[in-house]
Amino acid sequence: MTTLLALFNYWIVIILMMTGLYIMITRHNLIKKLIGLSIFQTAIFYFYISLGKVTGGSAPIIDPDVTTYSNPLPHVLILTAIVVGVATTAVGLALIVRIYDNTGSIEEDDIREHELSLIKDSEQRINKSSMNKTDQG
Amino acid sequence: MSAVVEMSVMEQVIHHLPALIIVLPLMIAPLCVIFRNRIVAWSLTAVTSGICAVIAACLLILVKNGAPIHYALGGWSSPSGIEYYIDISNALILLLVSSISTVVSVYSLHSVDQEIPREKHYLFYTAWLLCLTGALGIAITCDAFNVFVFLEISSLSTYLLIALGNERPHSFMASFRYLIMGSVGASFILLGIGFLYAATGTLNMQDLSERIPLVAESRTVIVAFAFITVGLLIKIAMFPVHNWLPNAYQYAPSAVSSFLAGTATKVSIYVLMRFMFDVFGTNYSFSQMLLSNVLMPLAVIGFILMSVVAIFQTDLRRLLAYSSIAQIGYIIAGVSMATQAGLSAAMIHIVNHGLIKSALFMATGCMLYRLGSVHIQSLRQLISSMPITVSAFAFGGISLIGLPLTAGFISKWNLITAALEKDWWWLAALILVSSILAVVYIGKVIQMTCFSPITTENNQSSGQVISEAPTLMWVSTWILLLASLYLGINSEDFVALTQQGANQVLGGFK
Amino acid sequence: MWPLFILDELNPIWAILVPLFATPFIAILGEKCRNYREGVILIAGLLTLLVNIIMFNGLQNGTPISSGEQVLFAGLSLKLSAEPIGVLFALLASFLWVVTTIYSIGYMRSHNEKNQTRFYICFAIAIAAVMAAAYSDNLLTLFVAYEAITISTVPLVTHAGTPAAQRAGRIYIITLMTASIGLLMPAMIWIWFITGTLDFVEGGILGSANLSPTTLSIILGLIVFGTAKAALMPVHGWLPNAMVAPTPVSALLHAVAVVKTGVFLILKVIVYIFGIQTLSDTGAANWLIYLCCATILIASLIALTKDNLKARLAYSTIAQLSYIILAALLATPEAIVGGGLHIVVHAFGKITLFFCAGAILVSLHYKNVSDLDGMGKQIPLTMLAFFIGALTIIGLPPTGGLWSKLSIAVGSLDAGMIFPVGVLMLSSLLNIAYLLPIPVRAFFLEKKEPQKSQFSSLQTDTSTSTFGIEPLACKIAITITMIACVALFFYAEKITDVLYTLRF
Repeated sequence: MTTLLALFNYWIVIILMMTGLYIMITRHNLIKKLIGLSIFQTAIFYFYISLGKVTGGSAPIIDPDVTTYSNPLPHVLILTAIVVGVATTAVGLALIVRIYDNTGSIEEDDIREHELSLIKDSEQRINKSSMNKTDQG
Repeated sequence: MSAVVEMSVMEQVIHHLPALIIVLPLMIAPLCVIFRNRIVAWSLTAVTSGICAVIAACLLILVKNGAPIHYALGGWSSPSGIEYYIDISNALILLLVSSISTVVSVYSLHSVDQEIPREKHYLFYTAWLLCLTGALGIAITCDAFNVFVFLEISSLSTYLLIALGNERPHSFMASFRYLIMGSVGASFILLGIGFLYAATGTLNMQDLSERIPLVAESRTVIVAFAFITVGLLIKIAMFPVHNWLPNAYQYAPSAVSSFLAGTATKVSIYVLMRFMFDVFGTNYSFSQMLLSNVLMPLAVIGFILMSVVAIFQTDLRRLLAYSSIAQIGYIIAGVSMATQAGLSAAMIHIVNHGLIKSALFMATGCMLYRLGSVHIQSLRQLISSMPITVSAFAFGGISLIGLPLTAGFISKWNLITAALEKDWWWLAALILVSSILAVVYIGKVIQMTCFSPITTENNQSSGQVISEAPTLMWVSTWILLLASLYLGINSEDFVALTQQGANQVLGGFK
Repeated sequence: MWPLFILDELNPIWAILVPLFATPFIAILGEKCRNYREGVILIAGLLTLLVNIIMFNGLQNGTPISSGEQVLFAGLSLKLSAEPIGVLFALLASFLWVVTTIYSIGYMRSHNEKNQTRFYICFAIAIAAVMAAAYSDNLLTLFVAYEAITISTVPLVTHAGTPAAQRAGRIYIITLMTASIGLLMPAMIWIWFITGTLDFVEGGILGSANLSPTTLSIILGLIVFGTAKAALMPVHGWLPNAMVAPTPVSALLHAVAVVKTGVFLILKVIVYIFGIQTLSDTGAANWLIYLCCATILIASLIALTKDNLKARLAYSTIAQLSYIILAALLATPEAIVGGGLHIVVHAFGKITLFFCAGAILVSLHYKNVSDLDGMGKQIPLTMLAFFIGALTIIGLPPTGGLWSKLSIAVGSLDAGMIFPVGVLMLSSLLNIAYLLPIPVRAFFLEKKEPQKSQFSSLQTDTSTSTFGIEPLACKIAITITMIACVALFFYAEKITDVLYTLRF
């Protein structure tokens, strides 16, 4: 029990990560997928942050009174990763907006149907007039 | 530091080449945004890629004749600073990536003009340069976390590039699916690196390789190994986590598919090799973790199954995409042999397949440029209207099959002899079976383009005359093909080089 | 001065380069200057022939001839040299290329074939590849040439562009490539893996490797079946299908160049890779010998049932190719020489027969044997040539067929096997049954009432121009090959002399 409590930060990381992964796999709503991804990434951020914490250590600012510092490196690293995560989310959201503009839906099933009908249309067009320029876009 | 001061200018430049190859495209990218002019952006991209290719060639010559290069970025030596490490294997990757980028960016002038609205061109090329930076960075860096950063730089710009495809909403969805898969993969790698850091307290690959054996039994390292492997396999588009690739290659702008086909997955394979052989060590990965038992079956199923799937594709780009996944199977099969011959075969195939598949996608792009569709039915009798493009495709296809005198033959030969060296007869046989499958899917395209007459029904509707693709496009396609032909005919030096490279990879950091 | 230049160099590469050099000229001249185009081809053909004659003379004088090598990697290289079987094959192919070109001028024009320029270009490339195969000095070079022949002849098979032609093209490329990549290439890699070389060495390279007879049998099997061009059953299906090609293609490629490259490869591999000593000592080839015998008989029996003339000839070719494979597998000097001779003799015999079939098609528009009764008077020369060609295939004097069959039979006895001799005799009887009736009935039977065949409309269309008369160019070609068939009866010794210079 003590180990369970002592490692509670890692339990949180694992629970968050699995939640995120589960959302990504089971949800067909694009926004929810992206939320799942964000949660997943956040779990990793927590992992890094808790990694750098040294018990009893203070913030890594040099001070004659302090002898133990937390390890600053994982914190610095994860700043980069957070930036990357934000960028990924931004790109994802931008894509969803454009997908919504094009298909009128953010449900993957609807979009899939839309895509299939488009593909079927173009196949028919090609089979009818294979040498004709099909207009796309 | 005094040593640096005494250097002449020329020596200084040579000394800083490893930084230059990364910094240059990274710095030029914002310039494209500042100028906001499509021609300027295009020429900056092409010239920058060209300079990178020259630098990569210089680096290759340097490491071929001397020891591997350690470069401390910003003068901060490891372990506190980020170190770049260049030996033959990644110098080859650098050269491959930057030369394909050069040729394809030259090629892209016309195709991008047709597929993407002009006002977005400068953004397209900015993303291109960032993607190039990322790919080069992944290959050159010797810092585990830095790998992740560059991976994300190249991935994020790749999502943008794919989304710029003009087949909406397919391109957006392809990009989104890749984004989800790619981010999961990258996060896995990040997590794995975190575990490694937790176990060893360093991020420098060379330090990692020294400290991991001390803690090899710990579960942390095992978990790190698993996360990094799976994450990289997603990035590599290895069967069965390949699902993002066919859509991405099919719906991306044709220049982007050509660029990615030759570079994106190849760089990730290099990282896999680096981690498995050097960071974790050959012994740990293959004797303790038994990586071959996982990778080899997947590789074999991959190259057989994906070749079969390729046969049934009706869109040329999708066909090539599945063929790419199959070819990745060959490379991974070579890697998972964990011998010098296997690794050397894998490196040979990375380069050869990069050239061939890029050229094939470029030829497909030429067809797309004129026809507006590369559905297999729309290619009937294309040889009479676009002979140069079709012959380029046929030539690339023959090389993909691996007929003698082509680059593909050299790859297959080395791969098969490497398999025989391990007494894996079944693997040699399966590689040949999959070559025969390649005959079928390439033959299908060639038959359609060369020997299928236009049916009367089709004839009625074809009003306009289809002419050969613009000179710039077919010339650049043929440049890659001739390069692969050269490697096919005069491959002795090249094969020797990859063997040397394989030895370095197997021998760990020096 | 360029023939002199060749003389100085004495390099087999010229035999490959000359046809290749001709292709751009053929392409540039094109359909508009077709006389010049065909002139260029003839000149190229004669030059190639000249190169090969020089090689032949060089060989007789005992000068070793070889080219430099292009090293690929790790001991693999491309290199050429002139050795007896190869020079004979090159000489044969280049001579018949000239003759076939003459023939195709007549055939293609009177048949109004489309895309003639493409036809001639592919033809020239195929010939260059055949030359490369003939002069190859290691298995890799031979393999490269083999694949080049496959690729360059696909457009020739699908020339007509009809669905049937496309289907034939598909079968052609899939059978040949699948077999060569799936079987021949592994055999090649295996040999390289065992011996570290692929060079053709007198006496063979596998003999010193001390392989078990089973291993040798497997490698040999891979090679014999991998060489689908040799059309040993069960990999023969492509050949009858490929007969949709224009007749000159069937004549030169599917009776001489393509299929002979197949048996040539087997012959060369047995002589220079296995070594006939190794093969006869271990008996590794025995199971294949029975298969050859079966192929000979089955193919002959199928030929009997075919009414389409070209199909009948195709099956006859399959049987005759197995003679040569058989000769190679018997692995005695006499048999090898017989096999080499049979490559030449059968080539002349079969090309004559195909020329005749083509001449019948362009002049009478008949494709079937049953239509030919009583036609002898309209096409006497063709039918005479057909008769001579048939005699060659059967192996009766006064044609060279006698000697090659005799050699193979003697070789078989040398090897201590009587069974193949019986098969040879039986097959000769079958040859008589399916070939001789055609000229006999054409000359001695009464002409049938004209039926409403599918060609009747065509007949009336062209009856004013060519009915009953073969094109002049065709006649010339047929006469040349017919004379050659007879000449081989008298001069076969010249060929066997060269073949006996082989050191086994």
